Amino acid sequence: MTDLTIDLGFIKLKNPVIAASGTFGYGLEFAPFFDLSKLGGFVVKGLYFSPRPGNPPPRLVEAPSGLINAIGLPGVGVRRFAEEILPQLRKIKTSIIVNVCGENDEEYASVVEFLDKEEGISAYELNISCPNVEKDGLCPALDSEATFSVVSLVKKISSRPVITKLSPNVTDIVEIALSAQEAGTDALSLVNTLLAISVDVEERKPVLGNIFGGLSGPAIKPISLRMVYQVVRRVKIPVIGMGGISSGRDALEYLITGAKAVEVGTANFIDPEASIKIIEELKDYCEENGFERIEDVIGTIKR
Amino acid sequence: MTKDPQARIIGKESWKDYYLLSLESPRIASQAHPGQFVMVRITSHSYPLLRRPFSIHFKDERNIEIFFKITGSGTGILSQKKSGDTLDILGPLGKGFHAGETLRGKDVVAVGGGRGIAPFYFLAHELRSHGAAVKIFYGGKSHEDLPLKAKFEENGFELFCSTDDGSLGFKGLISDYLQTELQTFTPARIFACGPEPMMEKIAEISRSGDIPTEFSLESFMGCGFGACWGCVKRIRKNNDEGWVKICEEGPVFSGKDIIWTEVEK
Repeated sequence: MTDLTIDLGFIKLKNPVIAASGTFGYGLEFAPFFDLSKLGGFVVKGLYFSPRPGNPPPRLVEAPSGLINAIGLPGVGVRRFAEEILPQLRKIKTSIIVNVCGENDEEYASVVEFLDKEEGISAYELNISCPNVEKDGLCPALDSEATFSVVSLVKKISSRPVITKLSPNVTDIVEIALSAQEAGTDALSLVNTLLAISVDVEERKPVLGNIFGGLSGPAIKPISLRMVYQVVRRVKIPVIGMGGISSGRDALEYLITGAKAVEVGTANFIDPEASIKIIEELKDYCEENGFERIEDVIGTIKR
Repeated sequence: MTKDPQARIIGKESWKDYYLLSLESPRIASQAHPGQFVMVRITSHSYPLLRRPFSIHFKDERNIEIFFKITGSGTGILSQKKSGDTLDILGPLGKGFHAGETLRGKDVVAVGGGRGIAPFYFLAHELRSHGAAVKIFYGGKSHEDLPLKAKFEENGFELFCSTDDGSLGFKGLISDYLQTELQTFTPARIFACGPEPMMEKIAEISRSGDIPTEFSLESFMGCGFGACWGCVKRIRKNNDEGWVKICEEGPVFSGKDIIWTEVEK
């Protein structure tokens, strides 16, 4: 019997597989397909304080082995989330992580302050890295001082663990990771999507309504994995790896590299049961390779 | 909504760029209503990555049919599938047409442009079973774009065809043909599916004639079941206007709720 549990220090996960924010709705969309309590956890769609409409369509375009999205973080806001959605999520026996958004530091803080009064949330994931809400993909995760500022403010008021989600659209992701660590984040998740565009050659204009979008899916895995490799060597806090994971072997690449857990994103759209299959494949790998605990696989990469 | 990872292709027909696949999927067939759709996984590899949405063209107790035109790499690969192959499909998804008993004894019109005819074979059967008199308006660029003409006729549906080049039926747009015919009767309801310019013209006709109309909208979709928020259209809802997910609250919407043209802000 393989032990798939993961101890992140601040929460224990049933297994290392977390469904990623923005690809898993509010979780309930997937309830028709499988028992959500089988997941290590899931991160609900990014929440601003107030409801938001999101970007004008087209919001999606496919790329080779990838997806470019410019959804623009539409959402119900914290009040409706707390009143209508959270009560249903509390019944699900897994770690519920809320992805927290803000137009400025104060909004991140006000979302956390509001949600801190609500039961049933395991941790916050600070979304400081969404590339398609501000012009030209601007977000705090592009700058170490802006990262430090928002993470330290949220840490000051949060009663719950804080995971900071980093952007790949930087020259040196280690610098940003260290800055978030110094500001007190409990863990890092990386990476968010890669800033991208697509052009309609008949119309000779950008395909996406927002012009810019974020590239995700199998196409980005080698890049996000490289960034996880760089970051795990330099930080002391747990790293949750993501980017293009659609199979157990993809997840294993991240775990072997040193990620303590993984987030599964775009794969949820293609196969709503992708996360469950990945959990099964991790179990099979452990059994076939003589690992009694999945934790024994983590960081075992050879030089 | 269920996932059928191994729906077997039990029949295939093709007419130039148009294809019809029959898929054995009793669970999806038993739940399907006209206007609903399925998401079809094109390949188990990563390109093309996403599933593709297709209206349910017809169903019986065990099988469903999809009808499509090759418009890109996904439909191109799908067109190469053979009888005996299996497809991974999700469905039935979305909310379909309203085709109930209230239409008994009344004239109703279904307008399909090109591959937009897809949901109307199923709908026409449903409407007829409820005692409605169905008139199908079927338009395309040329006679080659009306491959289902014979099938509708053989099944006894009253058919009105138009082609842009005049190679079959009325020469001109299907919306113009409909407008002409509406001088002789007023349907209790119009159903429409097709390219956006056609849909906007039908919307005008339905507004000016005060005829309740249901539109089946098309969109690029990430997931088909409400998780990605990728397929939105501006829709009036509870006196409010907002982006509404086509996959979840549609793809069928009432004409009076759809805001066709997005005003630049």
